Amino acid sequence: MTTLPAVEKPPTVLQDTPAARPKTGFRRYWHLYAAISPFYLLFLAFGLIPVGFSLYLSFHRWDGLGSMEWAGLAQYQYLLTDSDFWQSIGNTIIIWALATFPMIFLAMVTAVMLNSAVRFKNVYRFAYFLPNVTSIVAIAIIFGSVFSTNFGLMNALLQAVGLDQVAWLNTPWGIKVAIATLMTWQWTGYNAIIFLAGLQTIPSDLYEAARIDGAGPVQTFFRITLPLMRPVLLFVLVVSTVTGLQSFAEPQVLLQTTANESTFSGGPDHAGRTMVLYFFQQTFDNNDFGYGAAVAWGIFLVVVLFSIINWRLVQRRGEA
Amino acid sequence: MASTIKGSRRRGIALHAVLVIGLLLSAFPFYWAVIMSTHTSTEIFSYPPKLLPGSHFFENVRHLFDNIDFFGSMLNSLLVAVSVTVLVLFFDSLAAFVFAKFEFPGRKLLFALLMAIFMVPAQLAAIPQFVIMAKLGWIGSMTALIVPAAANAFGIFWMRQYMKGAIHDELLDAAKLDGAGFLRQYWHVALPVVRPGLAFLGIFTFMAQWNDYAWPLIALTNPDNVTLQVALSQLNGNHGTTDYGMVMTGALLALVPLLIVFAIGARQIIGDLAKGAVRG
Repeated sequence: MTTLPAVEKPPTVLQDTPAARPKTGFRRYWHLYAAISPFYLLFLAFGLIPVGFSLYLSFHRWDGLGSMEWAGLAQYQYLLTDSDFWQSIGNTIIIWALATFPMIFLAMVTAVMLNSAVRFKNVYRFAYFLPNVTSIVAIAIIFGSVFSTNFGLMNALLQAVGLDQVAWLNTPWGIKVAIATLMTWQWTGYNAIIFLAGLQTIPSDLYEAARIDGAGPVQTFFRITLPLMRPVLLFVLVVSTVTGLQSFAEPQVLLQTTANESTFSGGPDHAGRTMVLYFFQQTFDNNDFGYGAAVAWGIFLVVVLFSIINWRLVQRRGEA
Repeated sequence: MASTIKGSRRRGIALHAVLVIGLLLSAFPFYWAVIMSTHTSTEIFSYPPKLLPGSHFFENVRHLFDNIDFFGSMLNSLLVAVSVTVLVLFFDSLAAFVFAKFEFPGRKLLFALLMAIFMVPAQLAAIPQFVIMAKLGWIGSMTALIVPAAANAFGIFWMRQYMKGAIHDELLDAAKLDGAGFLRQYWHVALPVVRPGLAFLGIFTFMAQWNDYAWPLIALTNPDNVTLQVALSQLNGNHGTTDYGMVMTGALLALVPLLIVFAIGARQIIGDLAKGAVRG
């Protein structure tokens, strides 16, 4: 949940000290540096040093207590052949795709409808945004009961229409669908409101011109709305990728009651073990801090690669 | 003529019908939580599922309070969320004021660094953070949650964008002529005009802290002294397959403070977030 950088305006320069008493260097600006220092000090202590240390750590074997042992590239070599890690990448991407594509489609449809419905717009915006602010732990518990095999609402619905029940949280696909449904529910309204804000910046005379040229609603959407919405679509896609590929709380809470060995194991057959869950399991269950650090860098690489691919895809479609 | 009016009205009704379905889907899990929290486990496990509220809410609440220290955890969550919000509002707006309105050597570089920090994912720093805090003796206490969150790149960036537009240079110049120093300019000139921006950042920070889960799960090693989200997760892990009514009551009650904050700040949050996304 972040905002994109806005267009930079040239900074307004204010002369801070009267020219009558010239000071130089640090003495002149010390209060400005002091004012921005808390963030940079915190970042140094809990950001930069840890990130550097985690790179160092990834070349060592360490259980967090004893002495560190140099391992060179061995952990990364192991990571490349670690089928559990590859499985977690697969799980993460499948869940991400199952959640993101329906979500973007539904959000776009909702936004277009909200844009044409004049009345009650604020009521709809409030209600659609609500899922996004609620805590994932509470929501995962609630969804756990919706997808429960024995008494869940989903199975009751299936039974009511005469279909077979599904052991949602006990089968590989059921687990992924349940997690993806939770994510779709939580993020559709949020993205619809962002799309809506984008739609409202499109000048209405463009639509007017299209109407005069005899374009139907579908043609108008693909020829005018969609091309002009590309920057917003890109924003939504990048945010969904970065947050979706780092999903942790959803599978962890949803599957902790069906997990076999640890609460980070991601349910039966590890079908819901995402990359970040695997990181937590290696690090804090197995106390393998060195390998955990290597896994963290692996995740970082996957997220960066995936974001670049997404970015390129949306950009290229724009050029065509 | 009359037929087109009728046609557009019919389309309007169809539109609202679809939007209302979406609204019900958004709201349904909350309703479902209310249903579950008012029934006993036996009722929940029976078929067909209950679709109307039952009468065992207070019984579930009693079980909940017997099983976890609900108010203790809630106090912890409040302590963390309120402290972090106050610290973030102060440190971020102070730094943002400097970046928005003053020129000094290294300004561009420091701001670029800030934007780069924005992109670093949390788990890269998680292990060393844990080690550092263990050395400092903070693991197991709320300090481990509050201190690292006391200032953040997003808030500084957000407030800087806001201040660039909202604080006019004439205002600052006038204050300077009156002999106001840096801190007085910040406190008496800048802060009063950026209240709406602060409100957004404050509500956003509070909700994010209230909902934070991954780091508290790791850092709060004493199971009797945790935040509400961690307590809830413990409850689900221990009783999630047996006493659903109680677990659901916990989930529902944990949402209440959040819903109140959201109801107060909804207009601000929704409007500002959307504006921020489109500006890019």
